Amino acid sequence: MRQGPSWFNVTSLVLGFSFLYLPIVLLVIYSFNDSRLVTVWGGFSTRWYGTLLGNQQLLDAAWVTVRVAFASATIATVLGTLAALVLVRSGRFAGRSLFSGMVYAPLVMPEVILGLSLLLLFVAIDQARGFWTIMIAHTTFAMCYVAVVVQSRLAGFDRSLEEAAQDLGCPPARTFLSITLPIILPGVVAGWMLAFTLSLDDLVIASFTTGPEATTLPMKIYSQVRLGVTPEINAICTILVGVVTVVVVFTSLLTKRREVRRAQDMRQAEAQA
Amino acid sequence: MAKKPIGPVRRDFAPWDDPQAKPYIEFRNVTKTFGDFTAVDNLSLKIYEREFFALLGGSGCGKTTMMRMLAGFETPNAGEIFLDGQNLAGVPPYKRPVNMMFQSYALFPHMSVEANVAFGLKQEGMPKDQIAARVEEMLKLVKLQDFAKRKPHQLSGGQRQRVALARSLAKKPKVLLLDEPLGALDRKLREETQFELTDLQYELGMTFLIVTHDQEEAMTMADRIAVMDRGRIIQIATPAEIYELPNSRFVADFIGDINLMECKVAAKEGEICRMTSVEFGCEIEVAQPVEAGIGETVWFAIRPEKVRISFDEPESRVNAVTGEVWDIAYLGDVSIYHTHIANEQTVRATVANRSRVVERPVGWDDKVWLSWDADAGVVLTK
Repeated sequence: MRQGPSWFNVTSLVLGFSFLYLPIVLLVIYSFNDSRLVTVWGGFSTRWYGTLLGNQQLLDAAWVTVRVAFASATIATVLGTLAALVLVRSGRFAGRSLFSGMVYAPLVMPEVILGLSLLLLFVAIDQARGFWTIMIAHTTFAMCYVAVVVQSRLAGFDRSLEEAAQDLGCPPARTFLSITLPIILPGVVAGWMLAFTLSLDDLVIASFTTGPEATTLPMKIYSQVRLGVTPEINAICTILVGVVTVVVVFTSLLTKRREVRRAQDMRQAEAQA
Repeated sequence: MAKKPIGPVRRDFAPWDDPQAKPYIEFRNVTKTFGDFTAVDNLSLKIYEREFFALLGGSGCGKTTMMRMLAGFETPNAGEIFLDGQNLAGVPPYKRPVNMMFQSYALFPHMSVEANVAFGLKQEGMPKDQIAARVEEMLKLVKLQDFAKRKPHQLSGGQRQRVALARSLAKKPKVLLLDEPLGALDRKLREETQFELTDLQYELGMTFLIVTHDQEEAMTMADRIAVMDRGRIIQIATPAEIYELPNSRFVADFIGDINLMECKVAAKEGEICRMTSVEFGCEIEVAQPVEAGIGETVWFAIRPEKVRISFDEPESRVNAVTGEVWDIAYLGDVSIYHTHIANEQTVRATVANRSRVVERPVGWDDKVWLSWDADAGVVLTK
């Protein structure tokens, strides 16, 4: 019997991965380019990373972005989890399908429309635009992603666990905190991370809802690119790619290890019995 | 007529026969509907302290709903439930002095065995050292001392079942509710656990209420069984009475194997009632008072193990039929003979295989006589 993948599998794999990652690899390589011209290779250097640290505007934008992402992801996680709980748990109530449809709507709604409508709202209520308005806008659209992720986790939740807790004398609110929440926590954390990344790289909605004093990193990068791509942009993008990669690899390794250990434990338990 | 004991009497314990005894759990005209579906239909039931009571029935008969109403997870549409004299209406599940062992065990997956057992005690606000002592006692009771630090997924099915039991017993509830407790175990483990549970209940002196669809489980463990069908209780009696004196064709058919023959009452002389069965072409005589007039249709029910099978023609043609052996199921301990008699009817007879060598074994297509004693069967009017 032949071992390993066939030539067809190898080719498909290479083609697929090149299509996905070649642009990013190019970007990373050119971030170490010594030349000022983006498309001309002038030798290896890390000097753009150095200038980056001196660029106060970019650093400010990065700080705003992280703060917005952190706050909006946190609020969206709370609201999205509550929405998911209602959708999964409350059974049938008047307007349930309407509510469920409306939670999903921002997933498919064009960002431009969402951004524009939020802008109109903020203008109508005479809200000064800036950090807070971006945060509210990001919370609005990230919330539905959280709701979807948490809902899938709740769907597989054994309700008798909550009944057991109540049966043992635990009131409903405490049951939620000590039983339900710890069990759906992986879903909630995944929802938070999704919301965080969505907020981190959003350009359209942020542009609509921002004011003069708050500029996020994607907005900054976009406005600089319009004046010409500099290797500095490559450098900051590489850092972003690096951060995201580390987070994704770390979380997937963690879950993988837990699953493997769990499977081992269960095999052992059955063997001992 | 003095009541003759039927079947084994487990202990001198029969509060249900004592009109002075106060019921511990009482359902009074309880009805529960889910939309159009009536799960429990105007049902009354009394269960006594220290009793091991089983609710037995097929799926959708309302047995689980009864238990869930007692635990507080469902609210009756009508009627009242009392526990130890207290009306349970409006008492939330977390304030009821009953604990339940769930069918799925419902062990908290993120807590160790120890923490699972301690959970209920913590809710009570019991001091830490007392909790530790009680958890240890409980784990010792279910022989899981060495597994205290494990998580539920690190245990086998049988061990998980015992953790669930320990957890529901830890608070010393007034009533322990068991929802199909042994359904997920394999046969051998199930049989062992049945006896363990019975012994445990006797030692602890607690009231146990079990819900099951498995008649063997109910008969092995319970003091009394309520057979339920479509939201109603058909019969409440001890396992032996349910088996030997079913009150209806439903119960007779539901519990164990039985031959049912449609008959017409021909004559009554004192305690003796004579019937004829057209279907089976035989005369039947029973020594039992029958609540039916001459000419009325009744059903004669007889268990297969009470039917004798032989080659010799019995002296009397009463309580006897002849036929041809059609099928034999050899089960090791017993053999079941399916005999075709007149009118394409089948009568089943079970014979214990007492010796390894039989001189003249009954075989396929043999002509045989089936007969039974006058007090072996029962007459059913419902």
